[in-house]
This record gives sequence, C-alpha cells and structure tokens, in this order.
Amino acid sequence: MCGIAGIYNDRGGLESSRELLGGMIRMLRHRGPDGFGLYADEKVGLAHARLSIIDLSGGSQPMPNEDKKVWITFNGEIFNYIELRRDLEGRGHVFRTRSDTEVIIHLYEERGPACLDFLNGQFAFAIWDRGAGTLFMARDRAGIRPLFYAMRGDALLFASEIKSIFMDSRIKREIDPLGLDQIFTFWMTIPPRTAFKDVFELPAGHYMVVQNGRMRIKKYWDPDFTPPEKARPEAEYAEELKSLLIDATRLQLRADVPVGAYLSGGIDSSAVAALIKNHTDTPLRTFSVSFEDAVFDEGRYQRIMAERLGATASHSSVMCGCADIGRVFPDVIWHTEKPVVRTAPAPLYILSKLVRDSGYKVILTGEGADEVLAGYDIFKEAKLREFIKKEPSSRFRPLLLKRLYPYLARSPVRSARYAEIFFAGETGGCPAAYASHAPRWTTTSRIKVFFSDAMKEELKGYENIAELASGLPEEKLSAYDTLSRAQYLEMKTLLPGYLLSSQGDRVAMANSVEGRFPFLDHRVMEFSCRLPASLRMNVLNEKYLLKQCMKGLLPAHILERTKQPYMAPDSASFFSGGADYVQDLLYGKRLAEAGFFNPAMVSKLAAKCRQNRMLGFKDNMAIVGIVSTLLLHELYTDGFASRASEILKLSTTGGIAYADQR
Amino acid sequence: MQISADIRDFLVENFLYGRDDGALRDDVSLLESGLVDSTGVLELVSFVEEKYGITVKDSELVPDNFDSIDKLAGFILKKTREAAA
Repeated sequence: MCGIAGIYNDRGGLESSRELLGGMIRMLRHRGPDGFGLYADEKVGLAHARLSIIDLSGGSQPMPNEDKKVWITFNGEIFNYIELRRDLEGRGHVFRTRSDTEVIIHLYEERGPACLDFLNGQFAFAIWDRGAGTLFMARDRAGIRPLFYAMRGDALLFASEIKSIFMDSRIKREIDPLGLDQIFTFWMTIPPRTAFKDVFELPAGHYMVVQNGRMRIKKYWDPDFTPPEKARPEAEYAEELKSLLIDATRLQLRADVPVGAYLSGGIDSSAVAALIKNHTDTPLRTFSVSFEDAVFDEGRYQRIMAERLGATASHSSVMCGCADIGRVFPDVIWHTEKPVVRTAPAPLYILSKLVRDSGYKVILTGEGADEVLAGYDIFKEAKLREFIKKEPSSRFRPLLLKRLYPYLARSPVRSARYAEIFFAGETGGCPAAYASHAPRWTTTSRIKVFFSDAMKEELKGYENIAELASGLPEEKLSAYDTLSRAQYLEMKTLLPGYLLSSQGDRVAMANSVEGRFPFLDHRVMEFSCRLPASLRMNVLNEKYLLKQCMKGLLPAHILERTKQPYMAPDSASFFSGGADYVQDLLYGKRLAEAGFFNPAMVSKLAAKCRQNRMLGFKDNMAIVGIVSTLLLHELYTDGFASRASEILKLSTTGGIAYADQR
Repeated sequence: MQISADIRDFLVENFLYGRDDGALRDDVSLLESGLVDSTGVLELVSFVEEKYGITVKDSELVPDNFDSIDKLAGFILKKTREAAA
C-alpha cells in the first residue's frame, strides 16, 4: 500500500520536472513512509511512496520489466499474485522479486488493458510503456484505491491524492461550486468531478490510456444484477457464498506483516473476524472504536464478539467523545479533500491511529457487505414504498413503515400517518429509476438553503441529477427489480464516493494503515449481485443469505440484533470544547469572504447548535457540511503553503531513490 | 392569535434560520413544503412541550396535530384547555 504520483508530457522536457515530482511524492508520505522512489525520462515521470507489506526487501518502485521498457508505479495489493505468477512463469516471464507489483507488469505485457480482468485486488497504478509510448492507468473495480489527475498545458499530472497535484502551483486550488452542490445532495462528487475545479478523478472500474497526447477513458467493470435464469436451492447458494468468503479472507491475509481486523459490533466485521479465526492460521488481533454517547455506542456487541472469538486479550478499543471528534476534524478534512455531511470519518481516523500505534499496518473490515448483500435501511424503504404503492388504499400496508428505525429513541415514524407521508416516495422531480435514493438526496439537498445568494446564482439551471444520470446505464437499471436498482446505485455512488474514500482509504492511510475488504473481492461482489433478490433481502430481513451462512460462526446476539447504522455525534462535536476553530470559521469575516454561505443564516444555525437542544438530521448535516467546506477552503487556499512545508520537512529530496533507466 | 405568532416565530428562527420569504402561511403543510423532516417534528414537539408545559403522547404525534401552524395552534389550545379543566 502506497502513494503514487506522476507527470506525462508528450512534448518531452520532463527531465527538468524531477524536483516537482519529488515534492509531489513527499506530500504523500503518510501513505508510504517506508521509502520514496522516482523514475523520469524525457516524457514521463513516475514516483512512489512505499508502505512495505509484501516482499519487504525486493518490492521497491517504480519497477521496470526485464528490458526496462515498461515501468510501473502501483498503489494497492494484488491478492492472487501467487497464482498469476505461476501462470506467467509458465509462459516464459522471468521474475526478479517476490512482489505482487512485478506480476502486473508481466500481465500487462501479456494482455494489455485486459490484464485488469485477471487481477483480484485493490489498486491504482500507472504503467509507462516506453516502447509503445503509452501511459496506462487504472483503478480497481469497487474504487478502494484513489487516482486523481489534472491538466496543465501539455502536461498531465496524476496522484493518489489531490494535495500531491497541488504541488504544481500553476494548478488552481479552488473549490468547485458544482462539486459542492453534489456533495450537498449525494454526499459525494460524481467522478470525474471532484471538490476542486481543475482536478479530476478516474472513476472506479475504469482505466485511462494516454498516447500521442490523446487521452481515452474506458469502463472495464460494472456491477451486474441480472438475475439467474433458474434459481438453485438456497442451501447451495449459502454454501457457495461461505466458501467464497473464506477464500477471499484467506487471500486478503497475504502479507509479510501482521494483519488485524476491525470489530464494529455488527454482523459484517464479526463475520470477517470469525472467518479469520476459524478458517485461517492467522493470529487474530482486533480493534474497535466505542462512543461515550450510548446512542452511538456498540461496545456491548464488540465485547460479545471479542469474547466469542476468545480474543479479549488481543482486542483493543479506543473511546471517542465529542471533543475528540472536534479536535481531529480539521486533520480529517485535510485528508478527505472534500466536504462531508457527517463526522463519521473522524472516529475511524482515531481508530486507524490506534491500529498504527499498536504496530499494525493492515486491517480487514466488513465494508461492502451492506452494499453487495443488501443491509441498508434505504433498501428496505425502497421495497416498502413500492409495496404500499401497489395497493394505495390498504390501511394495513403503511403500518409496516412503523417497523423502520427501531433504534431511534422516539420517532414520529411510529405514527403510521407520518410514516406514510415521509415514505410516500418524495422523489423531488427525480427520475423513477432513482426513486430509492430520492428521499436521501431530497433531504440532504435542503441544507443548500444555507448557500449564499452568489452561490445560488452560480448554480442556477444546474441539474446535478442529470449529471449523475449521464454516467448511469438507464436501460439496464430500468430492467432491474427495486432492490437491485437501489443496490446498484449505492455501489456506484456512496460506496466509492464516500465510504471507501472519506470514510475509508483517506482516514486509514492518514495513519499509514491499509484497509482490506473481503466482501469487495470481485468474486464475492459478482456472486452476490446475481443472487435471487429474495436471498439478499428476504422480505425485510436484510443480508438474509449472509446470516444463513454465518449461523454457527456468530453468536445469536450478533446475528439477530437490530442493525444499527454506523454514526457519530455530529453537531455536538463542534460545541463541546476541542474545536476552538469553529468560532473563527462560523462568526469571523472569513465566512463572508469565503462566499459559499449566507452568514446571517449560518449564525442562526450555529446559535441553535450551540444550545445543544435536540437537533434534526438537517441541522446536523448542515453544520458538518458548512464547517467541513470552510475548513477545506482554508486548508487548501491560504493555508496550503504552510501545511505543505510542514509535511516536506518530514523528508528530504536526498531520501528519494532514483531508478536506473539503463 | 398569540399562539400562532409564537409558533411562526419559532419556525422562522429554527427552520428558516431567520429568513422569512413569506411562503410560510398558516395553512401550509410543514412536511410537504419540506420545512420540517422526520426529526424536525421532534424539535417541534419539544418546543411545544417546553413552551406550553404540556406533554405530547405518542398517539398525538400525528400530522393532524402538527402539520401546519393552524393545526398546531389548535392542538395546543385543546391541550392547555384540557390541562386547565
């Protein structure tokens, strides 16, 4: 796991860009503190910051093929590298290291872009084929590892994180109002758009080829929910899912360093921990975050699971209070590189620090199970709404809505009539294909009421749903059942755009910790998406098949508990001490200068939050969205130079190893 | 009516953040206009409970009582009368 950066200029002259490239990679030191490497010829420069996990002695990068015509800089892991290597050796390829990196080079030589179909892993890489004059870049299927790029004149710059690209001072560090509009609706930006005007993101499951100065981007993988022609018996599916999960976990434990696991208290991470314990020889070491506020805390279930695993002695937990979240939040936003509407990434940042301080740099988690095996409430809501719509006169169908959100202490949804209105399918002009997500997007959009008049003017006529829709296969979606459609959307939007990035890669790598996700093994994803829908969610029983195949491995307390969404205290985090910067951000003249929000309305909101009365979703999302936007603006405009120089102080150009090209 | 004015002030301050654009008529549905969401209703409940010293039962937490300034004012009036009786 690592950080990568590079520059391409078909017109040449890159030999002189070594210093820039050196700065770019040193900005990614948190992703790879174990060493820097750099390669540069006249057209391409590649750089690499290394976190050593596989082949600790032989895996330095950028790495060439045998005749040094092909070079790679690679962030991530190829879990099936041993099997791939065996096959490639059979075809005559000669290997010099034990690394997974070298496997990609040879596979690329053998297959070209089709090499991606053979990789089981989480990756972002760039391959420079000097002979062909081709730069080839790719990201993994689910979007676990990031890759950003920007154009500057004839040059293309790319990197694992945007801050690296900003080392070229000619690239504007300016927040994109359209990107902000998207985050204040979808919680994420729609790739290639990012939160910054001149920086773009290569979408998950896509690759890019650059040749003769021309760029081409192509999709190579997409979730496929086409149902099976003839369903097999449930027990067969359960058996197959279990063996796939065992194999995915086994592969993902491949590392030359110790590997740990997160325990959230839910089914998914418990399943991964149980699979490690029962089906591999890896000693189990587990980590959890717990909350002072009982509303968010799942400590009880984490302890039940740790006990069941016999892992209480090797289990560590960090307690997270509101003030802790407020304190780390600016650092979190420095890493997420986009605004967020929930503080939930912050506790995971605190947790990854615990992992790193405990001497671990690889962690397995249950991320992805809710998307591929249907665990979220948003899927239940979608099914229920459709069910009610079929028989609108039924007095009994709406009563089912009362069963949603049992974890909310007091909810008006318990009143069937209210529930009916809330779930009536408020689509806000959203096309029917996105009905499942319309309520979330409409609710979130309400926080745009805080946008300044200038922002509203700039956004006039902009349709963010149309931009989203332009990248989605409408025909395919309309052929899916309601559940599959909702899952597809979730896998294409929130999963890569928020969960795996702001709440995943960025907050783990901030502390040099690599997350691994057995549920996002592409075989598990492909198998799960093509299950009969009723096995993913049986009526309203979420992750039905997963529960079936985990019986015996997980205690009933975990299997049968009501699903609790992972959340953290939002507004309270900024008004409980620990976040003195909020005063400056929300009341000072900088708020007006930044120009994004209406200062008078923001101060009313802040006053309301400060009183710390019961706040609704909207106020919580609004305050987190506003604080994070203002932090992002400060950190990346005026504050960038000083922060960058602090980071550069941690390393020297002398510490960069230059690759020998000849 | 004073109760309606108080409710309006509360809504403008807390849900419009001071910016009253005149669209908030006494009979406008708070839900359908998007002003109040599922958790916003609970804010409204605690305002009513604190300000008027009444207790809202779960069974009373229905749109007929809470979904417009008119309806809420009527509900408060009924509850305070009950309490006085």
